[in-house]
Amino acid sequence: MRFLAKTILIAGLCYISQQFFPWWTIVICAFLVSLILPTKGLTAFLSGFLGVGLLWLLFAWSIDASTDSVLTEKIAQLFSLNQVGLLIAVTGAVGGITGGFASLTGSLLRNINRTEPVKPGYYR
Amino acid sequence: MKIIGFVLSLVITLSLTVALSVKIESVPPLGYFLDPFHGFWQNAEPKDFYIEPALDGGVSQSVRVLYDSLLIPHIFAENDYDLYWTQGYVQASHRLWQMEFVTHVAAGRVSEIVGERAIQFDRAQRRKGLTFAAENSWQTLQDNEIAREVIQAYSDGINAYINSLPYEEYPLEYKLLNYRPEPWSPIKSSLLLKYMAEDLASADEDVENTNALKLFGKEALDRYFPVFLPGRDPVIPTSKQWNFTAVTIDTPQVVFNDTSFYTEVIAEPNLDNGSNNWAVSGSRTRSGYPLLANDPHLGLNLPSIWYLVQLNAPDINVFGAALPGAPGVVIGFNDSIAWGVTNARRDVKDWYKITFTNTTQDEYFFGDRRLKTQRRVEEIKVKGGNTVYDTVMYTHYGPIVYDQTFPVDQATKVPYNFAMKWVAHEGSSELLTFFHLNRANNYDDYLEALKYYRSPAQNFVFASASNDIALWVQGGFPAKWREQGRFLMDGSRPEQEWQVFIPTEQNPHVLNPERGFVSSANQVPVDTTYPYYVYDHSYEHFRNRRINQQLAKARRVTSESMMELQNDVYNQKAADVLAQMLDSLDLSELEPAEKDLYDLLRKWNLRNSINQQAPSIFEVWWNTFHKSVWDEFISEDVLLETPNHAHTIYLMQNYPDDTIFDSQVTTVQETLDDLLMESFLETSKTLADWQEKNGKDYNWGDYKATSVQHMLQIPEFSVMNVPVGGGRNIVSANSSRHGASWKMIVELGPEVKAWGVYPGGQSGNPGSHYYTNLLSTWAKGQYYPIQFYSDGMDRSPTIMLRQVINPSSP
Repeated sequence: MRFLAKTILIAGLCYISQQFFPWWTIVICAFLVSLILPTKGLTAFLSGFLGVGLLWLLFAWSIDASTDSVLTEKIAQLFSLNQVGLLIAVTGAVGGITGGFASLTGSLLRNINRTEPVKPGYYR
Repeated sequence: MKIIGFVLSLVITLSLTVALSVKIESVPPLGYFLDPFHGFWQNAEPKDFYIEPALDGGVSQSVRVLYDSLLIPHIFAENDYDLYWTQGYVQASHRLWQMEFVTHVAAGRVSEIVGERAIQFDRAQRRKGLTFAAENSWQTLQDNEIAREVIQAYSDGINAYINSLPYEEYPLEYKLLNYRPEPWSPIKSSLLLKYMAEDLASADEDVENTNALKLFGKEALDRYFPVFLPGRDPVIPTSKQWNFTAVTIDTPQVVFNDTSFYTEVIAEPNLDNGSNNWAVSGSRTRSGYPLLANDPHLGLNLPSIWYLVQLNAPDINVFGAALPGAPGVVIGFNDSIAWGVTNARRDVKDWYKITFTNTTQDEYFFGDRRLKTQRRVEEIKVKGGNTVYDTVMYTHYGPIVYDQTFPVDQATKVPYNFAMKWVAHEGSSELLTFFHLNRANNYDDYLEALKYYRSPAQNFVFASASNDIALWVQGGFPAKWREQGRFLMDGSRPEQEWQVFIPTEQNPHVLNPERGFVSSANQVPVDTTYPYYVYDHSYEHFRNRRINQQLAKARRVTSESMMELQNDVYNQKAADVLAQMLDSLDLSELEPAEKDLYDLLRKWNLRNSINQQAPSIFEVWWNTFHKSVWDEFISEDVLLETPNHAHTIYLMQNYPDDTIFDSQVTTVQETLDDLLMESFLETSKTLADWQEKNGKDYNWGDYKATSVQHMLQIPEFSVMNVPVGGGRNIVSANSSRHGASWKMIVELGPEVKAWGVYPGGQSGNPGSHYYTNLLSTWAKGQYYPIQFYSDGMDRSPTIMLRQVINPSSP
């Protein structure tokens, strides 16, 4: 659950902040979400990867679809990617990997001072 | 352990973020570029794109902009300032990158964008004095109240657009090359016109002629490069009487003791730059109204060279092609008149040897006087590198292009310490010509407008609804003594300097000639009765004759027949010479494959249409032959020009026994027929090789392979292999990289009608459906009917988008 919540939160936060700030704002968003909501490292990475990656992928795909690939075909060729789909995937991957590592970093920072894993339902 | 994990992850994240934020080699910063919210994705436009219906701008009253279905803006303003402000704003919104890039090229500022690999290019641009020239023009323009206001308004409009731009709306090229637009300044409009002058009026053959004179002597030079070739069909009909007293010019004794041979390193403009225009009087048209046609041939580039616009304000209602970067319309029409231009070549650039008084180079000899040089320090900013400073010496003639620091390779045998004197260096106000032409009502207004025009010299064709047709060869032309500036000159001899300009009213012109039409196609402007020296090596000799023949025999001309003539692919050169070439061949010596070529040529209808092979055969044969005839004039160390095609044909037909037809490579005595035979056999081989290499037949369309290319030569943003007929020296002048950059036909009836098309589209954005949407219509030789609205009422079904620009609230 926390994984899903984090993923959605990262995607949503990135979407909002990208309306105002440049692309690297995704790093800060993913980092902060993982800093605030602790999870295991792998979960953190995946939620950052999917949160940002899917956001970029879907947004890129919708632009491609609404513009009849008029530009994406040219850019795909320019980057020697033979298909528009590949360009959309690369876009998603670049966002995803960056988001994933940012999220992981946040999670690791959060976990530095934590000696034991948090047990559910247990109040300290 | 945990700290190490965190630090490692942090380092990876930060490195990744930095790596994706910087440009590495030619790869743009991928984070910025791929970001779907701000990167290149944002440059992709849907077909039915949105445009802000109302916005605030620096206008004083509301301006209405109606876009027709071709994305051509029709601007309706209440005063001139608002009109040009909006033209600047709208043009920038479609062509900002192009406008800025072209002016950067002109100013020698490409290194700022691409880094150190452009430093030598930038130095050459600056040493030609283009910025110096633009500064002079801007000074001149500032003295004129109208010009000052128009350029300022236009500049303000462009800047309003630039200032409104967030990164996501930057034109694609900025994102790709990772830089940002700078504020526009009014002088850039002058730079743009100097860029056009460079493209159209900077050719000179002084170095080539000087070399040839030393190598071959004056007699051979006159024989192979005659000042006037018999059989020419000049712009101004030969029946013209020159009713004026020409200015007298003193012809000095010229001895130039210089035994060196030279080469050159600065690029010369392409000779395929040319154009056609003509006007037919109402007495010869079916409708009884005059017709005017123009198709300027320039480099086939994207974004397109031209931008179509209608400008309407209380004293103006004009439609036509504008140059992105300059206010007003350059080629177009209004209710009362239409006009068009073709390039009017003339030698307006000369080189003077400077003799310095001593090694400090502070002074140079000019007769018995000593004149001071001026040093102009050019600051070349380099992306990712240190700023380069280049000191250029200026004399009263102009800049010294080649000196002890340029070119870098000082072993290059360029004319060192020669000053370049060029008409375009003068301050001039061509923009006022267009300002007044846009508002002209009749022939007198047209004449008045032309007075401001100096460079690049053009043949201005004119027609009016009151049924005048005219053509003026307009520009600043020095009145030269015979052969002045044909060779390098001595700058220490005052008598060798240009003495005076030909008075404007004595420039060649014709009004309502008896033949009922006027025309020009870059041919020689006048015959030998014109009382001034006129010379250029590259005057057209084929297109012009074809046009004049067709117009002379046409009865009841219509707009359709004008289109037909603009699309005419008849090969006049082949008509002149092919029969003689074929007759010379000894058929018994031909192999079957060669005989096939011969048969194709014999059966050829002399049209350079795309699906025929004969035009390719003729082209290769002629070029191979021409090269072998003039092998003495082709040298690696000495810059020479080969005699032109027209003169080669003249010699073949009148002096077939000339020694020039004896190849220098072989010792055997050769004849013209031998050369034709050899080149024919070589042609067969060349074409077979081509066929093998390309895996297809050498149909003219494929062989010529016309392409319309993005200014950065990015193939993905270009259109290759456009199926369009024609070629060099053909009325439909589409060669591989040059062609009709705008085709316009206007009928000046009570209601003016016009048709037009150009190879590209209104948008400069490769992500727009309007980037190349006109191209296939252009290639098919078809036209769009021009929408020309009498007022800003929004009633036409052809209007696609609307925008109102309101004064911003104080």
